[in-house]
Amino acid sequence: MDKLLQVDNLVTQFRTAEGKLSAVRGISFSVEKGETLCIVGESGCGKSITSLSIMGLLPSNGEIAEGSITFQDEELTGKKEEELRQLRGNKMSMIFQEPMTALNPVFTIGYQLREPLILHQHMSKRQATDKAVELLEQVGIPDPKKRLKQFPHELSGGMRQRVMIAIALACNPSLLIADEPTTALDVTIQAQILDLIDDLKRKMDMGVVFVTHDMGVVAEIADRVMVMYAGEVVEIGEVKEIFNNPQHPYTKGLLASVPNVDDEYHTLESIPGSLPNLNEKIQGCRFHPRCPLATERCKREASPIFDVRETHQSKCWLQEVNVHDKAATSS
Amino acid sequence: MTKQQPLLEVKNVKKYFPIKSGILKRTTGNVQAVENVSIDVYEGETLGVVGESGCGKSTFGRTVLGLEPLTAGTIKFRGQEVGGLSYRQLKKFKKEMQMIFQDPYASLNPRQRVGDALEEAFIIHTELPKQERQQRVRELLVEVGLKEEYYERYPHEFSGGQRQRIGIARAIALNPSLIVCDEAVSALDVSVQAQIIKLLKRLQQSHQLTYLFISHDLGVVRHVCDRVMVMYLGATAELASSDQLYGNPLHPYTRALLSAIPRPIPGRKKERIRLKGELPNPADYPQGCPFHTRCPLATEKCAKVRPEWREIEQGHFVACHEV
Repeated sequence: MDKLLQVDNLVTQFRTAEGKLSAVRGISFSVEKGETLCIVGESGCGKSITSLSIMGLLPSNGEIAEGSITFQDEELTGKKEEELRQLRGNKMSMIFQEPMTALNPVFTIGYQLREPLILHQHMSKRQATDKAVELLEQVGIPDPKKRLKQFPHELSGGMRQRVMIAIALACNPSLLIADEPTTALDVTIQAQILDLIDDLKRKMDMGVVFVTHDMGVVAEIADRVMVMYAGEVVEIGEVKEIFNNPQHPYTKGLLASVPNVDDEYHTLESIPGSLPNLNEKIQGCRFHPRCPLATERCKREASPIFDVRETHQSKCWLQEVNVHDKAATSS
Repeated sequence: MTKQQPLLEVKNVKKYFPIKSGILKRTTGNVQAVENVSIDVYEGETLGVVGESGCGKSTFGRTVLGLEPLTAGTIKFRGQEVGGLSYRQLKKFKKEMQMIFQDPYASLNPRQRVGDALEEAFIIHTELPKQERQQRVRELLVEVGLKEEYYERYPHEFSGGQRQRIGIARAIALNPSLIVCDEAVSALDVSVQAQIIKLLKRLQQSHQLTYLFISHDLGVVRHVCDRVMVMYLGATAELASSDQLYGNPLHPYTRALLSAIPRPIPGRKKERIRLKGELPNPADYPQGCPFHTRCPLATEKCAKVRPEWREIEQGHFVACHEV
């Protein structure tokens, strides 16, 4: 498979009144063509900031302090705003959680759909209109010609999200970043949108970065999963590895706290405490204050990333023992 | 369930919001938010109310508490009619019926210390002296898993989960018997959500609480509720015990809803019942069965005749011609 996106040791910081705060603390991952990578974690763990860093859409007080982001062998960090604008909406695009705030309320759907086509593909207005109709059909909106003349407030939540997806896909991007695109939607509509994204991904061979906190959604659409906690990647692996053989105590806790619809006797476990603040200084592993398995060592020093398998990594000292065991048994 | 007197009896409740238009502001139509809902809620149980957004589940909860005036029907609390009461008459029932909201931050005054916010309930409904009131508030804070010192703090100093604990403390302050939880855990992260669910369960035991648990999350509902009522477009589609509803859903809408939930099991075969289209506009209420416009089983009869509310098996009710 071809590597589409490579993120190395990314550190994203925010300038605040209390000094510089790191929201993302040195994370590395990659996305391949035709692959869906899900980023999961609780709110505030840095998953949205990671996606905004890739898109170059950080708020004005945020900056990429370290690390590199390579997209189709092009370095994105340090690129000028104008160069990034050429890429955004063209080769890479993004879907947001709340389509009402992402769409402009004073322009028609048609205007907003034509904009990327005219800008990036240099289409004429008529060509763009035809293409816009085609796009709306593709995302399953009935009566697309009529919709082009409507404003966002005239559409329901599910329809707006479809329009957002149509805009994002207008220029056949190679990378689609979806930040909680179904969180605000009802389950029946969510199911429609997930199917749609999955279908389009297959058809266009896109790489998809899907940010969510819903483990059910992850299981449905992910090829690989990256679990984030307090700005760090704590576990990454193929979807089956993460669900059937989770290694990091945080991943285990996250999975145990999802209520199971199919099993009435399932006991719900909770992770004590809550996510630390960005300005909280934590020595050692950032998860240790909430970790049921924390040792003295976890309080002193942070764990490096260990290989569970070639495709599965975990950032926890517990793995060290396993790695040694494996080395011992193999020798 | 033993045949005791229900704590709450809801009969044929309707809640319409008038649509006014023209210069004379004449009522030209109605948004039929709650359409003929009848249900008995028994002491100590947790009744789940589920459905998609816009199905009227929140309006139903608010109507039960008297936060919205009734359009038609009766609501009895411990055998006494509370439906048409004025604000003043309702006051003595308010001690008995409380609500937990989805967003505790929006329901707390940002410029009021949480201790003072909690104390208000005692000022209004009791004649305790100040010292005792404050003592009660401190006990409450501890009871919901917070610290006594938090009395002095302001809402912005708390995390989402802690704020929801404050919302819960406020709701249980006067020892109510019924609490309406309107999406009480929906805004929380799963790990925190599980903590709050445990807290709610513990308080139910220690305070003999009855919950009306409104949620769109069917996973949480299965976990928390004894019985579940499924609403669609303001009307009740199905009512059953949790086991019956999840084990043997009868209404096509319930089935579609259950099949649409993403399960945390990768590689599982998707056998989704796809629903066409979206929720119809409740201002333009469909004739016949409200679900017929999206129902995979709909027949001509469904488009004309509103289905009856029938008991299929013990305690399992459904409104559908095709079941």
